[in-house]
Amino acid sequence: MNSQQDEAPHVFPEGRKPGEMVFCILIVALTTFLLLNITSETAWIAGKKLAAQPRFWPALSLGGALFFAALNWWSRAGVSRNPGRWRETFTWIRSLEFIGYYMLYVASISVVGYLLATILFCIGLTLRLGYRRQGVLIATCFALFVVLFFKSALNVKIPGGAIYELAPEGMRYILFRYF
Amino acid sequence: MDLLLSSFEIIARWDVIAALLIGAIGGVVVGGLPGVGAAVAIAIVLPATFALEPIVGITLLLGIYGSSMFGGAIPAILVNTPGTPVNALTTYDGYPMTKRGEARRALSLAYSASFFGAVFSIVALILLAPVLAKVAPMFGAREIFLAAFLGILLVVITHRGQVLAAAMLACLGIFLQTIGIESTAYTQRYTFGQGWLQSGVDLIVVVLGLFAVSQALILFMEKDKDIKLPHVEKVGFFTQMKDLWIYRRIAAVGSAFGVFCGMIPGVGEFMSQFMSYSYAQRTSKTPEMFGKGNPEGIVASEAANNSVPAAAMIPLLALGIPGEELTAMMLAVFYVHNVVPGPQLFSGSMDFIIALYLCLLILNVIVVAFLYFATDTLMKVMLIPNRFLGMMILTFSLIGVYSLRNSLTDVAIASGFGVFGFILKRLDYPTSPIILGIVLGKLMEDRFRTAMARVREPFDFIDRPIAFVLFCMIVVALLIHGYTMFKGAKAKKTAKKEPIHE
Repeated sequence: MNSQQDEAPHVFPEGRKPGEMVFCILIVALTTFLLLNITSETAWIAGKKLAAQPRFWPALSLGGALFFAALNWWSRAGVSRNPGRWRETFTWIRSLEFIGYYMLYVASISVVGYLLATILFCIGLTLRLGYRRQGVLIATCFALFVVLFFKSALNVKIPGGAIYELAPEGMRYILFRYF
Repeated sequence: MDLLLSSFEIIARWDVIAALLIGAIGGVVVGGLPGVGAAVAIAIVLPATFALEPIVGITLLLGIYGSSMFGGAIPAILVNTPGTPVNALTTYDGYPMTKRGEARRALSLAYSASFFGAVFSIVALILLAPVLAKVAPMFGAREIFLAAFLGILLVVITHRGQVLAAAMLACLGIFLQTIGIESTAYTQRYTFGQGWLQSGVDLIVVVLGLFAVSQALILFMEKDKDIKLPHVEKVGFFTQMKDLWIYRRIAAVGSAFGVFCGMIPGVGEFMSQFMSYSYAQRTSKTPEMFGKGNPEGIVASEAANNSVPAAAMIPLLALGIPGEELTAMMLAVFYVHNVVPGPQLFSGSMDFIIALYLCLLILNVIVVAFLYFATDTLMKVMLIPNRFLGMMILTFSLIGVYSLRNSLTDVAIASGFGVFGFILKRLDYPTSPIILGIVLGKLMEDRFRTAMARVREPFDFIDRPIAFVLFCMIVVALLIHGYTMFKGAKAKKTAKKEPIHE
């Protein structure tokens, strides 16, 4: 293989990616579970044509998803495997840490307000990712820019924080409206 | 002439011009950031445009859509990393040229070929518009169903090597749109008794999760790259165009491929690039130089991919059928701004359609002018570390999700799809079939129900000329795919049997 091919971007997968079988099994399990619940989760109305039945499209799409998921599982099982299945699965689980910070950020907006929550989130995440002084400073500026551009200038609908209620009356409106 | 004047009247406003400027420049910057892309940017900015007038909001997002590929060529050529997925082919010849010290020429060829491709397709569409206005009303429920089905089928079979995964994900997308209270008998589907599922799964929430949140997670798991930018000299616009003139045949053919593939739902940039690149290589005097820094390769790739966005607007505007993830998002953009794409829009508001095409035309001029002055500055955005960029994307994505309904549930759903998209990207599985499944699934369900009410025998479904042509196209697409699979399997068997010669 020449050097250009080595450096060429990866377009189509070669071999089975680590964790692919785990994913295939999970999808087959999910679609099977959903199909097993079809009678309780969708309605069949007597006298209506098949195409107009509320159950028709969920059955068709889930049936298709299960069929292709099973075929995909079967076809990938025959491909040479790259090791690292459980390490890859752990990486998927590891991503939940960041989702946790994200949810915490959203939940904190209604308490401390968008401005403070965004600054804390950006600084906290920057530190977590391993950046220090300059990174933290840039993250703070970025957080300020986001709030000033989207909330103050574009008036994007994001609620104010409960702590804004503690501000003096004149300030309260400004805080709720712009930050 | 009156039509053109009234179209100009629609866009001759300071806010439309400002939206064009912001969209064009924003799109180029976003395209220049490997790992962001137009889909993420549109998903983030879309909710911020709710308060704007339809033409302003649509222009802003159209600007991002139409200009991101220009920016995507910069990292593709300079650091061998495509800014957007469709710039991948540009790396093949762009980066070797940079290594030879011809970065300036490679960039100018990419810009001029992109500009040529975009203008070519817009002019073709403006000329085609009156014909489309006549054809569009001939599409009834069954034709739209068949066209949407063809779109999904083409999206699936163009994912070579991943057809089964793409089909599975498209079916999952179709299933996702069925969740909630359906609109005919008002029964609940797959709500599991949960109130928050009754209104269904919001497309924007899914898009933000699958594209923005997942991309942030991908970037968090990567190591920051040490990027060294090569020196690039400034080059005049006319010099750029003069250089392109040498390769005018390839640019014209590439653009024509782009227009053709863009018009067919589900085909899009990758197929047009492949066709254009193959054509350029086949007809070149130096085919052995392709992949090693042949300027013809850059022209073929960039002219083809930049002529697709305008062409992809045809099935979207005329029939309301998006061909790929970005047009699916543009469809959401139109709906949000109370503009319903379809035959009625094409036949009743032609001035609006032409105004959009004019916006695309002006957009390309703005982008080329911006790139002429700002390439040096733009290159610096590539120096933003990956994980820091992930933090920025996650912060931006909150605006998109949370500002919709201020709902923590929406954020949780987006996060769920973010993790799902993260897994798909780690496995190299495509994400676009899910989005198309959601958008086209709804359309297919509604149109199929309407069409079947008037169908007595199965053949009634295809007894109209357009429906019959679409049905034939579906059969031909399936046959071609079956034949390709058979040929591939045969070639594999032969390769296994033959001994390996050193």
